[in-house]
Amino acid sequence: MTEQFEPTIVGFTCNWCSYRAADLAGMSRIKYAPNVRLIRLMCSGRVDPQFVFKALAEGADGVLISGCHPGDCHYVEQNYKTMRRFALLKKTLAALGIEDARVKLVWASAAEGNILAEEIDKMVAEVRALGPLNWKGSEQLTVNSEQSAVGGRSSAVKEMSL
Amino acid sequence: MSKPKFAMYWAAACGGCEIAVLNVHEGILDVDANFDVVFWPVAMDAKYKDVEAMPDKSITLTLFNGAIRNDENAHIAQMLRAKSQVLVAFGACACEGGIPGLGNLTTKQAILDTAFSTVSTDNPKELRPQTTFKMPEGAIHIPTMYETVKSLDQVVPVDYYMPGCPPESHQIAAVVGLVIKALKGEAQLPPAGAVIGASQSTVCDECKRARGEKTITAFTRMATFQPREDQCLLEQGILCSGMATRGGCDARCPTANMPCVGCYGPAPDVIDQGARMMSAVASVVDSKDPAEIDKIMEGVADPAGTFYRFSMPSSLMRHART
Amino acid sequence: MQRITIDPITRLEGHGKIEIFLDPEGNVANTYFQIPELRGFEQFCVGRPVEEMPVLTGRICGVCPEAHHMAAAKAADAVYHVEIPRTAAKLRELLYSAFYVTDHATHFYALGGPDFVMGPDAPVAERNILGVIHKVGLEIGGKVIQARKAGHTVIEMIGGRKVHPCTSIPGGLSKGITVEQRDEIEKMGRWAIEFAQFSLKLFADIVLGNKAYVDLILGDAYTHRTYSMGMVDEKNHVNFYDGKVSVVDPEGKRLGKYAPSEYTDWIAEHVEPWTYLKFPYLKKVGWKGFTDGKDSGVYTATPLSRLNAADGMATPLAQAEYEKFYATLGGKPVHQRLATHWARLIELLYAAERWVELATDPEIASDNFRAVPTATPTEGVGIVEAPRGTLTHHYWTDERGIVTKVNLIVGTTNNYAPISMSIKKAAESFIKRGVVVSEGILNRVEMAFRAYDPCFGCATHSLPGQMPLQVTVRDARGNVVDVLKQFCD
Ligand code: SF4
Ligand code: SF4
Ligand code: SF4
Ligand code: FES
Repeated sequence: MTEQFEPTIVGFTCNWCSYRAADLAGMSRIKYAPNVRLIRLMCSGRVDPQFVFKALAEGADGVLISGCHPGDCHYVEQNYKTMRRFALLKKTLAALGIEDARVKLVWASAAEGNILAEEIDKMVAEVRALGPLNWKGSEQLTVNSEQSAVGGRSSAVKEMSL
Repeated sequence: MSKPKFAMYWAAACGGCEIAVLNVHEGILDVDANFDVVFWPVAMDAKYKDVEAMPDKSITLTLFNGAIRNDENAHIAQMLRAKSQVLVAFGACACEGGIPGLGNLTTKQAILDTAFSTVSTDNPKELRPQTTFKMPEGAIHIPTMYETVKSLDQVVPVDYYMPGCPPESHQIAAVVGLVIKALKGEAQLPPAGAVIGASQSTVCDECKRARGEKTITAFTRMATFQPREDQCLLEQGILCSGMATRGGCDARCPTANMPCVGCYGPAPDVIDQGARMMSAVASVVDSKDPAEIDKIMEGVADPAGTFYRFSMPSSLMRHART
Repeated sequence: MQRITIDPITRLEGHGKIEIFLDPEGNVANTYFQIPELRGFEQFCVGRPVEEMPVLTGRICGVCPEAHHMAAAKAADAVYHVEIPRTAAKLRELLYSAFYVTDHATHFYALGGPDFVMGPDAPVAERNILGVIHKVGLEIGGKVIQARKAGHTVIEMIGGRKVHPCTSIPGGLSKGITVEQRDEIEKMGRWAIEFAQFSLKLFADIVLGNKAYVDLILGDAYTHRTYSMGMVDEKNHVNFYDGKVSVVDPEGKRLGKYAPSEYTDWIAEHVEPWTYLKFPYLKKVGWKGFTDGKDSGVYTATPLSRLNAADGMATPLAQAEYEKFYATLGGKPVHQRLATHWARLIELLYAAERWVELATDPEIASDNFRAVPTATPTEGVGIVEAPRGTLTHHYWTDERGIVTKVNLIVGTTNNYAPISMSIKKAAESFIKRGVVVSEGILNRVEMAFRAYDPCFGCATHSLPGQMPLQVTVRDARGNVVDVLKQFCD
């Protein structure tokens, strides 16, 4: 038996709708693929495209962003911003050669645990079919930071403040 | 007492950074007066072997410009790192990869294939450069191109970053002045890893154009549009990178009625200039309808090239998938 | 004799590399001049909006970004089938003239000129701008700084930035100049004319007044009878910004003139696998290898070749110098490569005169600086004379104006074959059996190509501004006899 590739998906959910949807799915024992690592943010509008790139560059095979339905955001208009950012993000990802199915935006209300579970299953299946993203940064080079007099940094240790 | 030693070197560069340094004009005499210029290809004769023979850390200040495109660039970077006390990534190419970094949207193979098969190229045998080639008289060599372009800090630790393509000459003069003062104990050098010769804010903050409510329903391009000279370009639908870009140039390009193309690199506290630009653009588009949003975004004709014009190699993704 | 061990760093040194192989007798068997870099503009500009090409391709070379900026803008105009307003063309040419003054001044005083001002046998350490300033005095050094400053001030006024200008776009420029700026530009231009005349006088005193230098210029070691190329206006006068490209044969007979769109009928590029740079040649004559004469398609595109390819200069002072030049050197065409330095100064004077002509043009400060393109973009070629040779940009786009293909034949690249030949010939002349290879000999080999003011940053395919050099001498068995290294500037 050949081992099936199990994608790792990072999921950004908003605190008010989609995280509760996920919660609800759990409580109602709705089964969905265990591949998603959920990260809870206050609002989908907090999802900086940098988060998505960092996830993909550091090993995720896909990224799921979810938030309240348009019009229902607890911060009024923020998820419209998410919608517009996502449109640009998709175009950029396409230009970088990353398949459409790897990054997905799903609206789910607190009551829609089943919808979120379905979308997750669908996404996991699609990414599984695509195979690992396996993003490689530039060729690895060893950087010896002791050479620097004032303690210069190298991008290898550059940390992102989120 | 011997003077502190100064060096400047270009890797995968265009030479514009060197010209920018020469453009401090009379200021160059200050450099001459305060430093012993040991290595500076554009301005004087120098030998690698002399640098190689220097003790480690014997050069006080090295300005390194240019990206890392091949093994030769990386080798010299390592050598100068070892010989220098303070190594400055000088200019967009060294800081972020710069325009040569757009090469990371394609492949080394495609670069070679294109260059050696253009309409005017006479190459029936489809030759490509060989790093080692045996001539009747003996073998000769050229450096090996890397698959991707790297910023300087991806091959050696860097003490300071001085952004700009090239850095503006008044900023160069100010930095040189500061270093001279620091050497005399009259000033403090900034903390390691700092961005120097630039502002702590964005190009927008230096831009004199009037700004109102940014509500865009369509993007346009300079090719087919003549913008007003007094109103924010982004508000007029031109993709100006001012919001995502660090200031320090006095908003040169918007002042010349052209959009900022982002040469001063990511704004403070931003890792990924393109990601910040996406957020900035998303926040000014005036629509709540997904279909309409998609249509407006079609006006962004070249997202990767526009958002990462100077910073592809140092972006979070580093390169496109090829 | 100074012997320098090279390995292990040899392969990793410098942006230009010369390998000289000696035969068993100790004479030169062959020389190879290699370019070690390729950045790939022709590939990575694909996918970019064509109006960005003037800004992107400027980064091919920061020593002459203005040339790429102009060639790119002209190509983009052609892509959009737009005729730019007269004011726009004049502003671009004004910027370009100021740039020529800066660039030629930099070359003469800082890069190539030190050989003459300091003398070809001066110690390496003195052959630089500081050496020149020390020899000719701080006052002249000040003038050179002043000239560079004036040029860059004009570049910034019209182009928005000092290095890497940004204002040329399809249809003209993004902005014009004010009447006050015009006045300032004119004033600086008048000063630039004086500076150019002063530089010519300096050349006459130091070089022409010294028989040893004149003999060196006229000597055979630096002579190649190739075709000459240069852009001319409708009166066949030298023009840097616009016109047709004139080609004359080694006897000075005009082979023809071509419009930018016809360049592929005229030029092809030969490939060698041991270098990242190609060797352009005249397609009508053909590639016959690294050889000169009428049957070889090798041509040069330099200040000297531009004078050879034209019938004169468009401005009076430069025309007088042009006549003196050919009278002194025995008529047209001149093939002695070292005369290129003199030709460059004549061009410097022309550029300064043209600067004033354009600054005083009644239309120059008008606001008619842009015609917004309306046609569907397709394909276009733009040619200007870069200081280091004819510069051709050719773009293809889709109907949105997104670049789909790029071809560039860049300033210095034109001269890759003649430079290689000059190096070989100089090496053959100076490195002979039994002769010790010394630093002075190296410099004479170097002078051979420094006359071309080679800028392999320009070569798109390579790096950067001025070129560092390494010469490796190998014996018949391929062993390294000697390595001489330095930067050519
Ligand atoms: S940063 Fe800009 S000016 Fe400096 S070398 Fe790179 S392209 Fe040239
Ligand atoms: S977006 Fe551009 S034009 Fe608008 S304020 Fe910022 S820098 Fe100025
Ligand atoms: S406006 Fe932008 S592109 Fe222009 S110089 Fe400033 S940072 Fe660079
Ligand atoms: S709070 Fe759920 S998307 Fe804003």
